[in-house]
Amino acid sequence: MKKKIKKREFIIEKSLVIFASITILTTLAIILTLFGETFQFFKEISIIDFLTGTKWAPTLSPQSFGVLPLLVGTIMIAIFSSIISLPLGLGSAIYLSEYAKKRTRKIIKPILELLAGIPSIVYGFFALTFITPLIRQVLPQTQVFNVASASIAIGIMTLPMVASLCEDAMMAVPNSVRNGAYALGATKMEVALKIVVPSTSSSIASAFVLAISRAVGETMIVAIAAGQSPVLTFNPLESIQTMTGFMVNMSLGEISQGSIEYKTVFAVGTMLFLMTLIMNLIAKGILHRNKERY
Amino acid sequence: MESKLIKRRKIKNALFQGALMSIIIFSIIILLLLLYQVFKVGFSHLSLSFITSMPSRFANQAGIASALAGSIWTITLTILFAVPLGVGTAIYLEEYANQKSWFTKIIQVNISNLAGVPSIVYGMLGLAVFVRFLNFQRSILSGALTLALLILPVIIVASQEALKSVPSTLKEGSYALGVSKWQTITGVVIPFSLPGILTGSILAVSRAMGEAAPLIMIGAAGYIGFMPRSPLDSFTVLPIQIFNWTSRPQAEFQNIAAAGIIVLLVLLLSMNAFAIILRNKYQNRMD
Repeated sequence: MKKKIKKREFIIEKSLVIFASITILTTLAIILTLFGETFQFFKEISIIDFLTGTKWAPTLSPQSFGVLPLLVGTIMIAIFSSIISLPLGLGSAIYLSEYAKKRTRKIIKPILELLAGIPSIVYGFFALTFITPLIRQVLPQTQVFNVASASIAIGIMTLPMVASLCEDAMMAVPNSVRNGAYALGATKMEVALKIVVPSTSSSIASAFVLAISRAVGETMIVAIAAGQSPVLTFNPLESIQTMTGFMVNMSLGEISQGSIEYKTVFAVGTMLFLMTLIMNLIAKGILHRNKERY
Repeated sequence: MESKLIKRRKIKNALFQGALMSIIIFSIIILLLLLYQVFKVGFSHLSLSFITSMPSRFANQAGIASALAGSIWTITLTILFAVPLGVGTAIYLEEYANQKSWFTKIIQVNISNLAGVPSIVYGMLGLAVFVRFLNFQRSILSGALTLALLILPVIIVASQEALKSVPSTLKEGSYALGVSKWQTITGVVIPFSLPGILTGSILAVSRAMGEAAPLIMIGAAGYIGFMPRSPLDSFTVLPIQIFNWTSRPQAEFQNIAAAGIIVLLVLLLSMNAFAIILRNKYQNRMD
């Protein structure tokens, strides 16, 4: 009887180890498939042409594989969306942790969670059918597909993430620190900006980097609202194509395995994967190095 | 008597508070505007025949039957793959693993990195591994496996948090009665942490339900004119159908896209509500 139980316990533990190993296998599979196809891609296309070329036309002839238009498009989306998500997310966090009463917080937090839980396809629809017409009313020269509209939608979508990461950090600041400042006659704003924000600065910085990384990897909003024209422009009112937008656009058609189009999707995907991975590692690095202890 | 300086600081504080409040109000207004826009455009196109019809070239005849069936198939399989795997991994990490061993540390770091990988990259993984290498084709099975890998980190992290909240006294009490480790886990640890595990899993699953990008990457079609009958059938899901309609220039298709969004949002919200009800029920039992 005892032996039987021991044997069962042993089998269960070993199966759980296998379960846990699947996450490692996932990472290995991502790296192997991405890098494998990308390696094949760079056998045909010079890596320097890829990284420095300013003309992206992998499906037209003559073909051209300069990734800069996609990269600039992606970076523009990241920058313009963070203009919305970072200050508004941080502001919401400060309000929730420093000003809001318990009851107010109980109402506002689910609303933010709801905003975060809406699928990106819905934000894409909202951008195209609501934000874009609004922008075009103010600035009539705006194109139907444009950077600004997609960026605003992504900014709104990533706002709750920034808010909740920053708020978690701020709530961890002990009240004794705040009370010390109040005892010296500080106002709430002074406590928030001179004590709470500086002491949570590493968490805030980390949340900012994560939000930018999310914007870089966001797909459906840009596929719907930012357009499919890989031109090198810095004008947010024009149509562009991002790296993710290109990948979706290619996948909507038939692409045969082994073709240069197939490999191109993987080369762009590898770049996207590396960019987001580096940003996520930076975010974690900031958090680890400056962990505040009370 | 307040000095001028103090007055100025108080005014500054009031302005700051006003600014912060307007940020919050802005978020709420955006949420309401978004819902208003979707309902304004889509509500009049919502009908029983919209839910039971196949997609069509004509907007007024088109429906979401195949997309809805595809979503239900995919999500059911995703749950079957991801929840046991995720909860099992969390149990291993919290109850069995030696927290100091390099294997555990690598798994932990790896999980948090996987959580930050963009969903479209999982789509490429699915395309290379499930569609091509394992030759499952562009099937429901490939889609569900891809989505399962996508939400696995979320389920693991949420389950770990729930497992951590189990008081060690409960476990020790069980061990003191001579109960084996696995029996303690199934009899004490899991019932106690079930509300947390369920909430985390349902939130993860509702994320999978709204995903379009990874499924487009594995080649789920934009137009499916039949009901899927087995996991190896080709398929489409609601978000892809919505994307397909939204990206057409004609306004009629955007109207039915909005109607599709209403169905998707209703499904997602009822899943979340279900999570809350389940959580409350089990919480009561534990008390």
